[in-house]
Amino acid sequence: MATDNNSLSALIIKRLALGLLLLLAISMVIFVGTELLPGDVAQSILGQSATPQAVANLRLEMGLDRPAIERYAQWLFNILQGDLGTSLSSKREISQMIGDRLGNTLFLAACAAVISVPLAIFLGMVAVHYRDGFVDKMISITTITTISLPEFFIGYLLILYLAVTWNILPSSSVVYGDMPLGERLTAIALPCITLTLVVLAHMMRMTRAAILNVMSSAYIETAQLKGLSPFRIIFHHALPNAVSPIITVVVLNLAYLVVGVIVVEIIFVYPGMGQLLVDHVTNRDVPVVQAAGLIFAAIYILLNMFADIMSIIANPRLRHPK
Amino acid sequence: MTNISMRSLASHLSWAARIGLLCLILFSLAAIFAPIVAPYAQDEILGDVWEPISSKFWLGTDQLGRDILSRLIHGARNTFFIAGAATILSFFMGTFLGFLAAVSGGKTDQLLSRSNDLMMAIPTLIFALVVLSVLPSSMLVLIVVMGVLDSTRVFRLSRAVAVDIVVMDYVEAARLRGENTLWIIFREILPNALSPLFAEFGLRFAFAVLFLSTLSFLGLGIQPPDADWGSMVKENKDGIVFGIPAALIPAAAIAILTISINLVVDSILSRTSSLKGGR
Repeated sequence: MATDNNSLSALIIKRLALGLLLLLAISMVIFVGTELLPGDVAQSILGQSATPQAVANLRLEMGLDRPAIERYAQWLFNILQGDLGTSLSSKREISQMIGDRLGNTLFLAACAAVISVPLAIFLGMVAVHYRDGFVDKMISITTITTISLPEFFIGYLLILYLAVTWNILPSSSVVYGDMPLGERLTAIALPCITLTLVVLAHMMRMTRAAILNVMSSAYIETAQLKGLSPFRIIFHHALPNAVSPIITVVVLNLAYLVVGVIVVEIIFVYPGMGQLLVDHVTNRDVPVVQAAGLIFAAIYILLNMFADIMSIIANPRLRHPK
Repeated sequence: MTNISMRSLASHLSWAARIGLLCLILFSLAAIFAPIVAPYAQDEILGDVWEPISSKFWLGTDQLGRDILSRLIHGARNTFFIAGAATILSFFMGTFLGFLAAVSGGKTDQLLSRSNDLMMAIPTLIFALVVLSVLPSSMLVLIVVMGVLDSTRVFRLSRAVAVDIVVMDYVEAARLRGENTLWIIFREILPNALSPLFAEFGLRFAFAVLFLSTLSFLGLGIQPPDADWGSMVKENKDGIVFGIPAALIPAAAIAILTISINLVVDSILSRTSSLKGGR
């Protein structure tokens, strides 16, 4: 048993190290993506009509006269010390600009996750129970539909009906620093529902597939022959053995939530990271885009790493790769 | 795929897939014959701002008083063209590199696969936003960025498909005959990998439509005065809070298009997978 534990922690440490390496590589890709593209960054930020003097000044300000490797090393070194640089357009510290917004984004994503994950797993089990019947068909058609819907269609439909026509919920999600929790939850209700609808279908379908996969096993047949109730079979015998793929799909969707939140924040004018990122892409404020992009990518990678580690823990077979 | 097998495939489509196919054909016809089909010019101001649906304006007017139906039909051209070109580019890149990785094996495979993993580790939208912050917004840039980012998904699938084919006897025979890598890729692997790639093409196209619309909606895709369905949503979104549903019309068009593609692909996939014994 001791050796098994050792190998488990060794595997996890290996995965963590791989994740860190990936983060480093990602920072490189993001840097290369913004700095080494064809054409002059300063020129494209200022536009074609800029005077040569203005371009030269900006180049100097951004340090574009130094070699790229040196600038990358400096950028990474500063980030590791918590200094994300200064914005080109507002001259403010980027870490200051991001602080509250990151919290807002994570709060919204977390609320959507708290609703969608249990709901998806429950509906997935219902779909397995009524498989090939009417309920299952309906669930599968709804899945295809919601996967194909753009976030803004769901979002604006909800605004039009829930906020404008029936006036139940606020249409724009204005939140401020010391807002009471109740008001805050009301404010983010619509974006939260939108995000839930976006990820629910995929999670549900994969949960259904994972459980169905287990349902054909011999021990499920044994459980059926023992005369156990169908929900007891699904809940006690099938679900625990399907946990590993379900965890993977849940975390993947959480990672998607963090990305999908960008569009949703724009729809509902929610002051989060997504809005910050899009605004500064429009302004061509490269330092802010780099910092925000890196944070989004890092959250995404950390969640994926978490999914891998959870499934290694949940499924002992993964610990002994053939 | 011969004409006969296409027909037998069509006859086995589910009713939902047939409706999807009909929508796809209608949309493409409207896009191709846009100047003939559209009742008005796309940027002509014809009436009041946000006029409701009437016999004169079948889908109402937009935030400047332009006919939404005409703009929708003309915008379909941009949406179809850019999403289509990006998907084709991603398939050229993705399948070629994927097959190359599978055929070459060893270090080439490792290098290509690991760089692909790295690209896929960043969410597509984030990557696109980072790159678009420094690139000029033009149609070509959009096509290349979308195509290159999406080719990572195609790479993964085509490599996985090709790895199964590479171990077949006829590939071995071609190798022993002394055929070069390009021959093996195009004459041995490609013909045998077409059916899964065909279905994937539909899904990738649907994704490209959604992705382009999202970028345009964020104001980073097609720039005015050109319009696509995503930028039409952006232009009309301010009406929503006054209860004017104009923004929902292009959004619904996007939804109908992607749902139709998914229905058709889903039906083809379940059909071909049942032919192959559930593979």
